[in-house]
Amino acid sequence: MRFRAKIVDVACLSHFSRIVNTVAKLAKTCILRLTVCKLYFILSDKVANGGASLWCELSQGNFFDEFQMEGVAAEHNEIYLEFVPENLSRALKTAQSAKAVKIKLTNKHCPCLRVAVELPSLPSSSRIVTHDIPVGVIPRRMWNDFREPSVPDFDVSIYLPVLKTMKSVVERMKNLSNFIVIEANLSGEMNLKIETDLVSVTTHFKDLGNPPWASEDRCQSSAQGKDLESMAEACIDIKKLQQLLAGQQVNPTKALCNIARKRIVHFILLHEEVSLQYFIPAIA
Amino acid sequence: MKCVIAGGNVKVLGRAVHSLSRIGDELYLEPTESGLSFRAVNSSRSAFASFLFAPLFFQLYEPGSAGPDTELFRCKVHMKSFLGIFRSLPSLEKSVGKCLILLKPRASRLVLQLHCKYGVTKTHNLAFQECERLQAVFDTQSCASRLCAPARLLAEAVVHFPLTLAEVTLGAGPGGKISLRNYVEDEAELSKTMVTELWLAEEEFQSVAVAPGSHITFCLKEFRGLLSFAEASNLPLTIHFDEPGRPVIFTLDDTVLEVHLVLATLSDAESSSQSPSTNGVSHLPAPSDDFADDLESYMAAIETSEGCSEGPPSPTFSLHIPRPAKSKPEEEEEEEEEEEEEEEGAVPGTPPHKRFRSLFFGSVMTPGRPGPATTQEVLAEDSDGES
Repeated sequence: MRFRAKIVDVACLSHFSRIVNTVAKLAKTCILRLTVCKLYFILSDKVANGGASLWCELSQGNFFDEFQMEGVAAEHNEIYLEFVPENLSRALKTAQSAKAVKIKLTNKHCPCLRVAVELPSLPSSSRIVTHDIPVGVIPRRMWNDFREPSVPDFDVSIYLPVLKTMKSVVERMKNLSNFIVIEANLSGEMNLKIETDLVSVTTHFKDLGNPPWASEDRCQSSAQGKDLESMAEACIDIKKLQQLLAGQQVNPTKALCNIARKRIVHFILLHEEVSLQYFIPAIA
Repeated sequence: MKCVIAGGNVKVLGRAVHSLSRIGDELYLEPTESGLSFRAVNSSRSAFASFLFAPLFFQLYEPGSAGPDTELFRCKVHMKSFLGIFRSLPSLEKSVGKCLILLKPRASRLVLQLHCKYGVTKTHNLAFQECERLQAVFDTQSCASRLCAPARLLAEAVVHFPLTLAEVTLGAGPGGKISLRNYVEDEAELSKTMVTELWLAEEEFQSVAVAPGSHITFCLKEFRGLLSFAEASNLPLTIHFDEPGRPVIFTLDDTVLEVHLVLATLSDAESSSQSPSTNGVSHLPAPSDDFADDLESYMAAIETSEGCSEGPPSPTFSLHIPRPAKSKPEEEEEEEEEEEEEEEGAVPGTPPHKRFRSLFFGSVMTPGRPGPATTQEVLAEDSDGES
């Protein structure tokens, strides 16, 4: 098993660290899955912890100038590592002015991801900082636990409003309630609601647009018989939603959410070659 | 004691107070002929800092008059109340024209007056406690290794470590390279903790004279405090250190300012293996609050804990002396010399020097005052006892 990668470009480095920061905000520990052309950050949370899960996928070619990996076996050319994303986020935080960042899988006292940062100093020399991030290597028989979650059979799919606006709304609602009802219909309307004994607050968003899922006849087929105005709703943990909105540094070009009535809310944030999916189960 | 600090120097004093506030809860003020000294020590007595401002630093400096057998008046104040006055450095710079510090022993007040813009004068009357001299026992000359670097270099180096990190190890590697790495206490932790290591080339330092392979582990928090002062003042920082377990001394020198920070270092695993060194960062048996006023009893406490058994539960931060005398006799001698030097400058009437052997801090008592406990006047009788 071998892994070695290098980032030289400053823009790539800051983009990559923004993604890692986002992941770190959403998951205490997560799985890093490495394949020949892609990297994945995966969280599949236990039901006891709220059961939120994360799937973040990026193409290595967009970030790395060098990327060599060799999996456990030729026919299973992948590596699964469990680690604390906060560590990687911290290592990259002080590397923003780096000349180069190398990431390497090593096994000294324990399996580690070694992040070696070359910082500019005097013309004659450079300053090297290394961070050894302990990792756990996930054996092959457990790989199945970290497969891509299937897109739920949703009732409504809708583009999200500007995330900053949504964030400030949710943050205020968070002071009033622990749960938020997110509802949307197929004519581009979405509502964020909280209801307590004392107060009910609803924020309405209009003209958001519904993404076409034409080829996959998921909701399309069912929508024909459906009222475009009818709302699909799900009640979720407001903290999880707030975490996503406050923690995301992906600056997505497209952000949408799929609501499976009373079951799950599925968020998709897209930015060029990066996709981040976040699943928050509904609370009965 | 009376002094006046003008303009930009107020901010310098403010920064010094900020730096000292990272060390202890009390600020010691000691006027001397060679300047006004501000000092602090932490509760476990493993960190000590002193900022000595030369008379030239002030617009006016009158240390007060010392009689033939009386010393200049010293006092200590609550760090929090003193820091409060200098809390916001930017606003100090903007608004304060000069600062007057007046020690009034008779009125039992330390007066700080800030003369601000638009004729505003802020007067702070602080309560103080009379105190003995606070002095750490150290000698930069006897340190085997010395490093001098611009503060910025070291400040840039420590940003790579998390703020929550307690200790860092400084080491001299091959080729004159200097390394810094986070200290991880036990092996089990090692597989869970991210280990960060940084290498600095010799050329980046102003001077490097270190014993190859030497390394020391010290607390980062206090060091960061000094670094921010040094960086803002744009002064080079000198690090004097010796073998593990001996204190590390950080110094800043300027024409009007002399700064020392003395930190205990972690003794080597091998040399401290006689003692179960499991209590980590908690250094010496932490003295209870009133102990701070009573060095004597504190020392006694150490003495007893030292002598009570073969394997005393001696702390990880064994300050440079708590080492069994039998193991390193030559060194004991050295230390004796060191301490003798220290005591030459001390006042007669100092308790016998043997008592200090297990101490990082020498306490220097004023003559005719055997201990603070006995001289403290009873201001209010204990009424509970009679009822």
